[in-house]
This record gives sequence, C-alpha cells and structure tokens, in this order.
Amino acid sequence: MLTMIGKRLMFAIPSLIGVVIVTFLLTRALPGDPAAYFAGPAADKVAVEQIRKKLGLDRPLIEQFFRYTIDLAHGDFGNSLTTGQPVATEIRNRLPASAELTLLGLVISIVIAIPLGVLAATRPGSWIDHLCRITTTAGVSLPVFFTGLVLVYIFYFKLGWSPAPLGRLDVFYSAPPAVTGFYLIDALIARDLETFRSAFSQLILPALTLAIFSLAPIARMTRASMLAVLSSDFVRTARASGLSPTKVIVTYAFRNAMLPVITTLSMVFSFLLGANVLVEKVFAWPGIGSYAVEALISSDFAPVQGFVLTMAVMYVLLNLTIDILYGVIDPRVRLEG
Amino acid sequence: MKRRDFLKSVSGIAAGAMVPAPAIWSAAKADARSETLLIVSESGPNNLDIHGIGTNVPGYEVSWNCYDRLISHEMKAGPGGVPYYDRDKFKPELAEDMNVGDMSATFKLKKKATFHDGTPITAKDVKWSLDRAVSVGGFPTFQMAAGSLTKPEQFVVVDDHTVRVDFIKKDRLTIPDLAVIVPCVVNSELVKKNATEKDPWGLDYTKQQTAGSGAYKVTKWTAGTEVVMERNDDWVGGPLPKIKRVIWRMVPQAGNRRALLERGDADVSYDLPNKDFVELKESGKLNIVSTPYSNGIQYIGMNVTIPPFDNPKVRQAVAYALPYQKIMDAVLFGLSKPMFGAAADKPTEVAWPQPHKFNTDIAKAKALLAEAGFPNGFETTISFDLGFAGVNEPLCILVQESLAQVGIKVTINKIPGANWRTELNKKVLPLYTNVFSGWLDYPEYFFIWCYHGKNSIFNTMNYQSKQMDAFIDGAVTAAANGDTAAYDKDVKGFVDLAFADIPRIPLYQPYVNVAMQKNVSGYQYWFHRRLDYRAMVKA
Repeated sequence: MLTMIGKRLMFAIPSLIGVVIVTFLLTRALPGDPAAYFAGPAADKVAVEQIRKKLGLDRPLIEQFFRYTIDLAHGDFGNSLTTGQPVATEIRNRLPASAELTLLGLVISIVIAIPLGVLAATRPGSWIDHLCRITTTAGVSLPVFFTGLVLVYIFYFKLGWSPAPLGRLDVFYSAPPAVTGFYLIDALIARDLETFRSAFSQLILPALTLAIFSLAPIARMTRASMLAVLSSDFVRTARASGLSPTKVIVTYAFRNAMLPVITTLSMVFSFLLGANVLVEKVFAWPGIGSYAVEALISSDFAPVQGFVLTMAVMYVLLNLTIDILYGVIDPRVRLEG
Repeated sequence: MKRRDFLKSVSGIAAGAMVPAPAIWSAAKADARSETLLIVSESGPNNLDIHGIGTNVPGYEVSWNCYDRLISHEMKAGPGGVPYYDRDKFKPELAEDMNVGDMSATFKLKKKATFHDGTPITAKDVKWSLDRAVSVGGFPTFQMAAGSLTKPEQFVVVDDHTVRVDFIKKDRLTIPDLAVIVPCVVNSELVKKNATEKDPWGLDYTKQQTAGSGAYKVTKWTAGTEVVMERNDDWVGGPLPKIKRVIWRMVPQAGNRRALLERGDADVSYDLPNKDFVELKESGKLNIVSTPYSNGIQYIGMNVTIPPFDNPKVRQAVAYALPYQKIMDAVLFGLSKPMFGAAADKPTEVAWPQPHKFNTDIAKAKALLAEAGFPNGFETTISFDLGFAGVNEPLCILVQESLAQVGIKVTINKIPGANWRTELNKKVLPLYTNVFSGWLDYPEYFFIWCYHGKNSIFNTMNYQSKQMDAFIDGAVTAAANGDTAAYDKDVKGFVDLAFADIPRIPLYQPYVNVAMQKNVSGYQYWFHRRLDYRAMVKA
C-alpha cells in the first residue's frame, strides 16, 4: 500500500512541473499589463515604467521564470497585487473556507441524491422516479449563480429566514480560534455554540446551492448503477432465498453499485470546486475561487499561478484517495503502482 | 431584529435547515450595532497606504480616514443641498495655522497632536512624509508633481512644530495639492523602525497597518473580505467623530448589496447600478444622495491622427450624430448631468465642465459628412472598458445605432479592464468612450491633462494644437499671478477651441450615488468621491 502511494506521488511530479511551466507561460500570455493596471488611473508612462521595474516585470521572461521557481522551491508563491498579501498565506486562509463549503455541499448532495437514486431504481416509472428525474434535471440546468441568487431572494430578502449573505460569519461575530480553519469544527473545539450557529446558518444557503447543482450526476449514477445490479443474478438469488427486500437492496445491491458512484463523487467534487467560484461571488464567500477570479481579472499573475498549482496538487491527492477507496470497497480491485 | 424574532418562533421548523437565534441576544452586541457603521461595496483596498505601489481607489478611502494632512477643505452647500467640499476654503487639520507667502508656505503644527501609538507629531514627521510622497515614485509622486511639489529640498523643518514648504515656481495648485489624500503625515519613527534596506520608506509595513494620526485606525484587515476601523479618541484634526467603529465588507454581487440595504442590514453602499439607485430612490425606503463628479466627464473620444478623424468636419458630424438624450434616459436613467445641447446664444462661461452646443441632428451630420468627402460614411471601431460595462456597453450600442443612420458602420471592441489603460496609452484606438476626472477642480487642470500638446496619457485623442497650448499655458500663468482678466480670457479661449475642434465630445457628468439607511446622515461629497466617516452620524 505504502509503496503504491509513494509511486503514485512520484508519477505526480512530472505533471506538477508541467503545471508550473504552463501556468507561468499562460499568465504571461494574458492580455493586459499589470504595471499599467497597478500604476493607477492617473499614471503617466514614467510612473508605469517605475511600477514595472518595482514588480520585476522589465526583466527577460526566462529570468522571471527562474526567479519564480526558486521562490517556489522555498515555499514562496509570490505576492498578490490586488490584495497585497503573500499568495501562500492567502491560499492557506482561504482554502478551508472553500473546502468547508464544498464538502458540506457534497454531503447535503449525497444525503439527498443517493436515497433518491436508490428509491428511483427500486421503483422505476413510479412518481419517485419522475421526481428524481425532474429535480436532477432542473438542478443541473440552472446555473449556480442563478440558483444562489434565487435562494438569497427567497430565504433572505423575502422571508428573512436566512442571515445576510455576507460571508462566513455574521458581521458582529469574530472567527473562532483557528485550528482546522473550518469554522464549524473550530467553533465546536472552542465550545462556542453561538459562533457555531452563526457559521452554520451562513453556510446553509451556499452549500444548498452547490448541492442542488450536484444532485444530478450522483442521483442519476446511483439509479443507473443500482438498476444494473438489481437485475443481476446474485440479487435474484438473494431474493429467491427469501431475504428481506431491505437486506437485498442495502447489503447486496447497494454495496456493489457503489463503485461507479464513488468515481462520480470524485468528479463531482472536482467540478464543485470550479462551481464554487460563482457561489463564492454570490455569497461574498472568502474562498479561493473568488480570489483566483479577481486575480485573473486584474492580470495578477502570482495568485493565478498559486491557485492552479494548489488545484493540481489537490486533484492528485483526490485521485489517490479515490483509488484507495476502491480497494476498500471492492476487494476485487487490485492496486498496482 | 425582525429576523431574530422570526427565527425564535420558527426554530426547529424549516427542515431543521434554519438555525434558531442564540437564546440570549447579548445587549452588548445590540449596542455595538448602533455605534457601528456597516458599509458594503464591491471591492476593497489592496494596500492601506496611498504611497504604496499600485494602491487601488478603495485604499484611498482608508488613507483619507486614517491619516491626517496639514490642511483640509471647509464644507459648503453643494448641488441639491449636499455638503460639498469648498475648493477655495482651507481649514487646518494637523496644522493649527497656515501662512502663505510669496514663494513659500509655513505651517505651525498642533502641539497636542499624537500618532495612534501616542508618539507626538513633530515637524520631522511631516518632512519625512512629504519627502516620501515625492520620492517613492508612481502615483503619489505624480500627484505631488501636479502641484509643483517635486523635491525633498522643498520641505524644510523650521523648528519642532513648524514646517515650511518652498515653491519651485508660482503655481495656484500647490496649496490645493497639499490638501489631497497623498500628502498625509506618517509616523516616521515607527515606520523607519520597520523599514529595510530594500524598502527604505517602509512601504511593506504601512501596506498592512495604518501608522498615522487620523480619526480612525484599522484594527483588522482581511484583504478582499473586510476592513474594520476603530475611532481614535485622541484625534485632534477636528471634532470627535460620532461613529465608533466602521465595518466595511466586500460584497461582489450588486443584487446582494441592494438586498442588504433594503433589508436594513447594511448602512451604506455606493457602487450600485444606476437602475438600482433609481428604483431605490422611488421606493423611498432609503436616503439616496446623487452628486455630479467634480471636474469629471464621460466622453466620446476620437484619435485625431487616425483618418478620417483627422478631419474636423468628420468629428463635428459625429458630434451631431450622437444619441445624447437616449443615453441619458436609457443608460443612466437620468442620474447624470447633461453636458450637451446648450442654447446656441449661450455665452461661454469661465467654468469647467460646461455643456457644449451640439445636439442630435442627423441631417446636419449627413451634410457635414458629405462636405468632408464621406457622403456614404465609413467604417470604424468603438472601444470601451469592460470594467465599467454596466454603462459603457449600452452606451456604445446606442452610439453604434445612431452612427449607422449617417452611414458610419461601427464595430464594438470590448477591452478587459486590466488591458484598458495599456490600450489607451498606445493611442491607437480610433473611437472610444472613457471618463476623466481630476481631483483638483480647476479648468486648466483638466485641460493640461486632456488637451495639452505635451500629450499626457489622458490626451487620449493625441490632440496637438499650438493655439490650445498657448491658451492653457496662459491660463496657468495668469492663475499663478492672480490676473483674473487674462485668466478668464484664456479659459474661455480653450473651452471654445475644444468645442470647435471637438476632438472629444463630452456626454455627461457622472453622478456619485450613495445609498444610506434613513438613520444615517452626515454624508459629504469630496473630490476623491469616497466616504468620509468622520462626519457621518447614525441615529
């Protein structure tokens, strides 16, 4: 197992090097001149040149690249010009915000989608199957920012049930002492229930938005995979042996139907990280998605590179985790390095 | 409180999704709410120091409220009764007394003045800060130079509490330039302690924290998320502000900012689309204040070195073919001051901005085009900054429609915000729309940047005219010498020439729109168009 993980990580190194080079070149190829942008609205050519020199952008590209990689090797991702902070710090502070939101969204989605898919598969053509089809189609067809805005409009603006969409905490609460960076967990560690409630109520709408968006693939995949398994021989045998329907479905059929669902989950998780960008914008969520987009808009190279690199590392780790999970769920899957 | 009450009554319902309010809603928090001003806006500062590299406009707001200058402006009643800074009247801020001589100005500092950390403010701090402003390069240095403040030798320490500013030449803009945001006074000992060899002015230190003496100090800053400022109770620059704490949150979605205002959760917001402001105004639930930008104009520019715009007749034809009123109604919803259609017999005023005499007149435009040798029109491209697409995009579409009526086929070119200034700087765009506004509200200031032959970045039309330069230089000299008659003549001269040659066609003076809760008052209009918390009151 450990050798397998080690080998896997080794294979990831060339792709990470590739990511470093490609993001560096791509950000340089972006239209827009950061020096002109940051020199401010009233700058003349001299001022722009002064800024360019200060940012080191007057050096040849190859020199800029070497400086970038040397910094990277020292764990220095550079400084963001839009927020004025070191990129590594920003990503470290913002990643938990995005991760907390995405994970909660995924959990909500799983809790709704898997039972819905299983029920739809056991009763094909029934009302519950149609309900499954309609909700998932609707969920995936609506762009996330739209769902988000509709939820804000209804639950905050019209009904007033939800708190103001102002980020992770109500304005008058302060963040719990950081341990994991996940406010829910940190608040529990600090035994601060009031903050926990505030953080949780801020999370519900954005997490729900993400969940609605990701229902479709999970529910549909569960349904399809369950249908295939339910029609297989061993399920027929189990039924013929007089096992209770619950036992047949949960113990025998569902466990066997899990594998494709897990694969889908990993895909859903990665595209949720992408969908996050828009949700973070709508809910003023201080995550890495909104950070990267703002950086991109203002030709701010360092955060874009840092963001892509972080994402690449996360994908490598995610795929590894999923592969390991396969082995746990299905003993037939043998992992080779 | 409504939401909380409701939550209490429905706790447990709503599929367990909604969380009940804490059982004890502490009284301390309610108090904090009434003494705190919650501001929501699209973007926040990237640097807390205006002397920093590439400090953005929201950063100016922090600087304005957290640092003091030697002098500031008095208030007067502006358009619509809104308190408006008085261009011509200065009041002391850190200085208790200002003495302007022929070739220098002497400032006596308030003796009781201290920085946020308790260090007394001395003349050395003032000199160091002004030296810093003229030395760091980039925008601050550039702004100082606009008032002929360019060399550290100009700032002289007379004694511990007296500073003299020497003029390198007579310039009417020198004193006003000492009252803009840039010449702020920085805690020099504190910053020097945190400076490094590579960063002698300590810019990295002041980027992250305020080191001033202003009415507020930043206590927490999460870039891109929020800025929290607390009142400095020892402030000597003016009467103690009423607001104890300012929380400024970044809310990127305009729709959400509006919802926050309408629900009463946010106190102030000022960058909403015009349509939202009009609707909010009509609903009457909020205080909406609209003030025209001082010395600012949105215009259609034409590059006079690119044919056919090198022909004044073509430029006049375009000026007659623009859909002025439609732009006012459909794009701005009336929230702007028209800069077109002055009566034909109206004499030119000694003022800027002032409306020109062009109006939408398609027949006249066609005739002028025929005269210029383009009876069937021509093809060109109109460019705009996507960063302000909310106004620019519909505006350009209307212009495209209208110019099509005289045979000018226009393609629209959208330029991303990050790239806009680079493109403008190249001076290759044939036709475009843009805004220029100057902090210093003097006609000649606008014209030096936008029309003078020294071709600054804002002379986006690449316009060169000896006659124009003579008028502008004449006005600058006349102003410095206090020769009113010559000044008036030259100002009228350059305004008339700008309208006759029409390299850029003024459209309107944009409004600064601010939406506030009914219990919030004390908004003041400043040349920088950002909020001054010091005068604001929350009942």
